[in-house]
This record gives sequence, structure tokens and C-alpha cells, in this order.
Amino acid sequence: MSTHKLVVVGNGMVGHEFIKQMLDQPNAEQFMITTVTCEPRLAYDRVQLSSFFSGNTVKQLMLADENKYKENDIDFILNDKVCFIDRPNKKIYTTSGLCKSYDKLILATGSYPFVPPIVGNDQPHCLIYRTIEDLERIKTSADISKIGVVVGGGLLGLEAANALRNLGLETHVVEFAQQLMAIQLDQGGGALLKRKIEALGVQVHINKSTQLITTGEQARYRMEFADDSYLETDMIVFSAGIRPYDELAKGCGLTVGERGGIMINDYCQTGDPDIYAIGECAVWNKQIFGLVAPGYQMARAAVAHINGDNNKRFTGADLSTKLKLLGVEVGSIGDAHGCTPGAQCYSFNDEAEQTYKRLVVSSCGKKLLGAVLVGDTVDYGNLQQLYINGMDLPQPPEQLLIPLLDDASPTTVGIEGVPKTAPICTCYSVSKGDIQQAVQQGCCDMAAIKSSTSASTGCGGCSALVKQVLDNELTKQGVEVNNNLCEHFSYARQELVDIIRIQKIKTFSHLLSKYGTGLGCDICKPAVASILSSYWNEFILKNEHVGLQDTNDAFLANLQKNGSYSVVPRIPGGEITPDKLMVIAKVAKQFNLYTKITGGQRIDLFGAALHQLPDIWRQLVGAGFETGHAYGKAMRTVKSCVGTSWCRYGVQDSTSMAIAIESRYKGLRSPHKIKMAVSGCTRECAEAQSKDIGVIATENGWSLYVGGNGGMRPRHASLFATDLNDKTLISYIDRILMFYIRTAERLQRTSIWLENMEGGIDYLRSVVIDDKLGICEALEKEMVNSIGNYQCEWRTTLESPEKLKRFKHFINSDQSDSHLIYTTERGQIKPAVMET
Amino acid sequence: MNLEQTTHLIELKVASILLEDDQQAWEKVCDLSDIPPDSGICIFYQNQQIALFNISVVNKVYAVSNYDPIGKANVMSRGIIGSVGESLVVASPLFKHHFNLITGECIEEPGVYLKTYDVRTTKNKVEIRENNK
Repeated sequence: MSTHKLVVVGNGMVGHEFIKQMLDQPNAEQFMITTVTCEPRLAYDRVQLSSFFSGNTVKQLMLADENKYKENDIDFILNDKVCFIDRPNKKIYTTSGLCKSYDKLILATGSYPFVPPIVGNDQPHCLIYRTIEDLERIKTSADISKIGVVVGGGLLGLEAANALRNLGLETHVVEFAQQLMAIQLDQGGGALLKRKIEALGVQVHINKSTQLITTGEQARYRMEFADDSYLETDMIVFSAGIRPYDELAKGCGLTVGERGGIMINDYCQTGDPDIYAIGECAVWNKQIFGLVAPGYQMARAAVAHINGDNNKRFTGADLSTKLKLLGVEVGSIGDAHGCTPGAQCYSFNDEAEQTYKRLVVSSCGKKLLGAVLVGDTVDYGNLQQLYINGMDLPQPPEQLLIPLLDDASPTTVGIEGVPKTAPICTCYSVSKGDIQQAVQQGCCDMAAIKSSTSASTGCGGCSALVKQVLDNELTKQGVEVNNNLCEHFSYARQELVDIIRIQKIKTFSHLLSKYGTGLGCDICKPAVASILSSYWNEFILKNEHVGLQDTNDAFLANLQKNGSYSVVPRIPGGEITPDKLMVIAKVAKQFNLYTKITGGQRIDLFGAALHQLPDIWRQLVGAGFETGHAYGKAMRTVKSCVGTSWCRYGVQDSTSMAIAIESRYKGLRSPHKIKMAVSGCTRECAEAQSKDIGVIATENGWSLYVGGNGGMRPRHASLFATDLNDKTLISYIDRILMFYIRTAERLQRTSIWLENMEGGIDYLRSVVIDDKLGICEALEKEMVNSIGNYQCEWRTTLESPEKLKRFKHFINSDQSDSHLIYTTERGQIKPAVMET
Repeated sequence: MNLEQTTHLIELKVASILLEDDQQAWEKVCDLSDIPPDSGICIFYQNQQIALFNISVVNKVYAVSNYDPIGKANVMSRGIIGSVGESLVVASPLFKHHFNLITGECIEEPGVYLKTYDVRTTKNKVEIRENNK
């Protein structure tokens, strides 16, 4: 078997994507891949770079993984630069003196920030915004600065401005042109964006050409402009566009574009058929694509061509974009400026709502050529589909801006009308057909679609569209999108929550007689028991509730495979005194229980027979323990590190916060079990990002994460908010948990709940932080009411002789279950394998 | 036909199969008040473990073997009771298999049965006996 040597120059997002795609090829082992990067690490997510300032660590930003590269025999060279390509001999040389031969060479060298040639631009606090190291430098500079200026009001410049603002600097944006985001927006859109950004406290200076950077009087530097005005600042970040890294190509005689960039054909080949160029360093049809999605498409085309498939050409890319800059929603589609001959424009500027929309329509009035959206991007998905697929516009087209008064029909694009080949998710090139196929193969909710096709897992801008395709396909298949709880209730869980909450229903039998049929079952009974408990929090073993409880709740312990139970006392925050440890040890010895430390910083005692549970708990409660709710779909444990009390690195007292949180929410019943953690610094020793609710300390306050979990499909929690004080943190957790209890499906973890939520984390923020639905006060009240009725279920049980009667194997005999037989292993008991 | 009527019909069928001159004597196993409504308990009867369920809607007690033949443990009395279609069922707490309380048959795995017992209640007294099914 012959091997081909591939050398990939550059290991940014696109270079890494090329390697990833290559490894997915059926004949991957025929290729020996080498990659060289001048950065100190492999590829990371540059799109999310600014999240580095809001608490994301380098580790979280990483896309490539050194171990995975090693497993796949990929030779990677860090901190080194390819300086020469010897085309006749097919070799590359690096500055450190390495030489590598290649059969095919892939240039994925990316681009560098353009720094305008201003006198004085090379001073210590004049920085750029491209790599992690740049960001570290910006942070270091910001620590000793008060004022910061970003030169360049484009997409990346505004992102940099947001970073400076978050670092606490008085922030300015200096733009050479007469508007912000001149490439993506027209003047009207740019003007509104400027107003909105200024309202957030960022000062915008347009039509300013910097001539000189000199020493300031009030601040470190003074920027002198061509119109004789000046601005003083302590630091400057240049973000005035990017330039392709094409020296290597020039140095070996490959053709470059008029304004730089390595010229490529549809297969991403340069002038030399054995050398490909992909990503921001390449120029295709006189265009440079400064976005990641087209770079990924180029990577795919190059991989296909190297593997002999000429059908996957790169044929250009849609540069439409939808994003949030400094919290302002911005969308730009196609020919936003109306440059097409004969184009007609419609625009709508809503000063009251602070939104701006513009449509660019073909001369015949039937096709959408472009659009600009500022302040509200709800229509983005529909407009983008109209544009990409060249679909006919509704007539008259202006109804897309302002709905016709006498027209009740919605003016959105029927997803039916969108062709199969239409790209729905441009981040991962997922077409409508791909989603339909996934549905046909059994994916029937958003979470399943996301995990099988990756659609909507990039920027998330397409989530509403993906959901439309999904629902449409399910309807077509005759799958009634039926979310009834079970055969006994023709209501979804969320509807039952509303009924129980608003009608103040306190028992299952009341609910069943008014809203259900039959006797109920093991699906609706525990679900209703959980809702009743979430809202009214009555003792779950009360006569009217006891028959509803699922396996573990019914006896306040965890059923194991042989019919015995395990016991988990609560150890808030994982903190326990030696005396209490001795109590647990004593109980475990006395009842001969198998003892194991759990993942949630608690101790689990196994092998208790049903009749032993009260005796075990009598001792535990007597020693000051409470039930740990390990048996419930409830708030269980809050893991923590030792924070400022002991740790050299801690920035907040994470243990006290964990104990406070655990004490507040202990036993709260919810659609699924809830686990939390608090870390005292960004080293994240408590692994908070793998929890439903994660809290991480920073010097500026707490960062709150939502929707993480381990389990079958691990998910990292999403960053919800940063720099919170104790009070705000708790009120946000109150609201999130109660909103989850109100709206989630039965047994739906917070991760899936969040993934299925239309609008995702942004929507959750709008509900919890901006009170979009006006329910925050109610949510907090409901929480206070629920946790106000907390009781240790074991203490209550022990006080009731009538309740204790159930904790016997036989009601009419004192014998125990003869089936509970144990062997020993490593000095402890283990259920014997029974011959039946 | 509602659940009550169907249950009654099935019971008539089951009863007609029973031998009239059954030699088995009834044996008192517990008080009716020992069984929480719509929930179960386990009793010891002639060296066997039996799960009793008190179904309030039909005001009757049902008895089946306490041993889950699929999960292989004595836990049936701790299951949740309810209905699937027109059948009265108990769901095993181990893997949630549903067993018909009258016939003992498993819904998910037809052919797998729990042994059933005859039950009668007089005032507060619960009596059972083996049946010949």
C-alpha cells in the first residue's frame, strides 16, 4: 500500500478541519499527515475567541487535541514556521531547520491583522486581536489602563471593543469610513448600530483617519487625526481588516491575487497542482473569504479532490452573517448595499423599537438580492432562504418589512417551498435534505438532530429553521407531534404544570378525575408527584402521594438489583467533620454495608434491607445528618473545591457558596435530577461545567453556567452570565430552576431542555435576566414557597409509626427477604449471583 | 365499556375457570387497613412471598407473586399500579415491566407470568388462597 505524504502548513480552524476531514476518509491510513504551526498550540476556536475574556479557558477553546493527533499518527510541529517551499523537489523548510517532503502540500496559513502605517504604531500598548497570546497581551495592558481605543469599526473591531468594555475600560471605536460595519451594513443600518452601541457607553468616532500616535497628556498616548482633532488613550487595539498570509506562495512563484491571496481553482489547487490553498490565505474568483464556514467548505473540496472526487467543488460561499455585537443583533444578507444594477430597496426604520430593516430586491421585484437587519434578526433565517434559493418573493415585497394590515397569513417562507439542497446550517453544511434524512432515520427532536447532523451546533443562527424542517418532516411522515404525557392525560407536562399551578391542585386523584382517564400509570404518577412536590412540597409519603412515587422515592432509598437499598446522607458541599465520618463508619459496620465514595462528594452505603432503613436513618438523623435525596429526581449535591479558605489560587470562598446553594435548594424536586458545583477559580477543580448548574469564581464575581451534564451524551454547560454578586447569582439560579421545572419535559435533563429551547441560551437570558415574559417575580416566589416547605423526609418518616409500618419486607411476619444473599469482595459485601 | 366493567368481565371469566369445589381454605394474611390505597405490600403465605395491591377504584385487593421473574428479585409489592389500555397492571420497580394483576401476564414479554392468588375481603379482613390456574 503506497502512502502519500501530506503537509498542512498552518493549524488554525481551517487547517485542523482539513485534517479532521482527511481522517474521516475511508482510506485515511494511506496518508501520512504533517502539520506545522507557528503558534504554541494546535487549532482553537477563533470565532469564540472573545469568550476568553468572559471566563472560557484555553482548554475550552481548543478544537484540536494533541492526544488525538498522536493516536492518528499525525506529526505536528508547534512554534515553528515554514519559510521556504522547494517546489521542484517537493520539500518544505522551516525556520528551525526542519525539512519535510510532501506529495501534496496544503497551505492553510490564514491571515494577519492589518495595522495601518501610522507613525508611532509600534509602541508597547499598541496591540492586535487575533491569537490567544494577543488576548493575553490585551488583558495585561488593560490591567494598567483606564481608556482603550479600537481602530476599526468592522465586525472584529466591535468584538474587540466589547472585550475592552468587559475588561472595565472606557472604550472608544475609531473608524476611518463614515459608518460602522461598512462591508455588511448600509448607511441606515450602520447609523442605528452606532446609536445602539453608544447607548451602551462605547464612544464611536467615524470619519477619523489617524495620522500619528504620540505621548498623551491625560493618558498614555494621544492619537492625532487628519481633521486636527485628537483622542487620548492608554492602549490601542488595531482591528482594521485582515490580509492573507501569502509570502510563502509568492516566494515560490505561485500566482497571487491583485490585492494578495493565493489564487485557487474550484478544487482549491494553486498554480501548482500539488499545492492547495484553503481558508483566508486563498483567493477564489477575486474574492477572499474572511469567515470560517467558507474555509471549511474549501477544506472539504480539497480533501475530496486529493481523494480523487472531482464533484465537491468550491463554488463560492454565502457571506450572509447574523451575529450579536455588544449585545446588538445584526444581520446582513447578500448584496446589502444594493450594488446590483436595477436593484430596488425597501427600508423600515422603527425609532420606537430601535430596529432597522432593509430589503434589496431585483428590478423585476420578484427576487431578494440582499438584506440588512439591525436590532432584530428574527427574520434572518427566512430572508436568507429566500436569497440563497432564489425563491419568489411574496407580492408586494414590502410586506416582509411591515405585515399587511388586512392579511392574516404569515409572510414567512413555507419551509415546504425550500429545495432539498438548500443549506440550512452553513456552519456545518447541513442541507434541508440532510435534516429530512435524519428525521427519517428516527431523530424526532432538536437534540437528536443536533447530535446526528451537527446542524445548529455552530453559531446556532439556524435553530428556528432546523426546527421548522424537523416539524414539517414529522408532520409529513404522519407522526403527530404528540407530546401527551401518557395515555391517561392528553396534556403535555408543561400544560399539566400550568393546570396544577393555576388551579392549585394538590393531589393526583383530583387531577385524574378532572383532567385524565383510567387509573394512571408508572409514567404519569411519578411525573405528577414530581410537579406536586415542586410546587406544594408536601411530604411525599403522605397517603395521597405514596402510591405515586417511583421505585426509589417510595422508600426514600435507592433500590439495587437484588431488591436491597443504598443510603446516601447529605454532605453539603462535600464538607464533613471527622466525628460525622465516624458515625457513617459506625453505621456501615453495624449493618455490614458496602461503602463507596460517590462522584458527588458523598458516601453511599449499600446492601440495606428494607426493614433496616429506619434503624439506619435513626442513627444518622440522631447524629445530625439529613436525607441526601439521592433517591429523587431532585436537587442532589453541590460539589466544591476548597476555594479561598485553603487554596493558594482561590479567588472566592467556593465551599461556603456551595453549602449555601445546597442548603437552599436541597430536595427541590424537578423534571430530572439536578447536580451542581462551585469552583473557587477558573482552574475549575469542582468540574462545574459538567453540571446542570455550575458556578465558577473570578476576581470580578461569579460566572454562572447552565445545562451541563455527564451521562450518556456529555455536554459542557453554557456560560449564562458573568461577574455576578452573591444575591444576583442566587436570584438567577432561582429563576432558571423554576423556569426549568415549569417548562421541561418529563425526565428531560437541563442540557436537552436547553438544546431544545427555541432561541437557546439567548432566549433563556432574555427570560431570566431581561424578564421578557414578565414572570421573574412569580418564579422567585414559587421557589421561595417550595423551599420554604422543605423537610428532611427521613426525619418526618421516623416520627410517624404509621409510616414506618411500610418499611418491613413482610407486613405479617418479621422475617426478612431470604433472597438477599451476599458474597465478599475486597473485604466488603456484594450481592451473590442467584441461581433461579 | 369502562375499566370497571372490563375488569369485572375478565374476573367472571377467570372465576368460571376455577373449580367450584376448591379444597383450598382461605387464610387471613392481614388487615385491609395495612394496605395503603392504590399501593402495595408484601405478605408471607405458606413459605411464599405475595404482593397485595389495594385498588380503590374497583374497591378490590389483588394478589400476585412478589418475585419479578425478569428482574429476578422480590420487589413486585413496591411497584406502581395503574392501567394500560383496559388492563389493571403493576409496573416492576426494577425495569418497569408491566404485569396484568388479574392474569399475571407480562405485557412486554407475553408468556412470562406472575403467579396469581384468589383474594377476598370481608370488612377489614384480607384472606387469600391458592388458585388452580
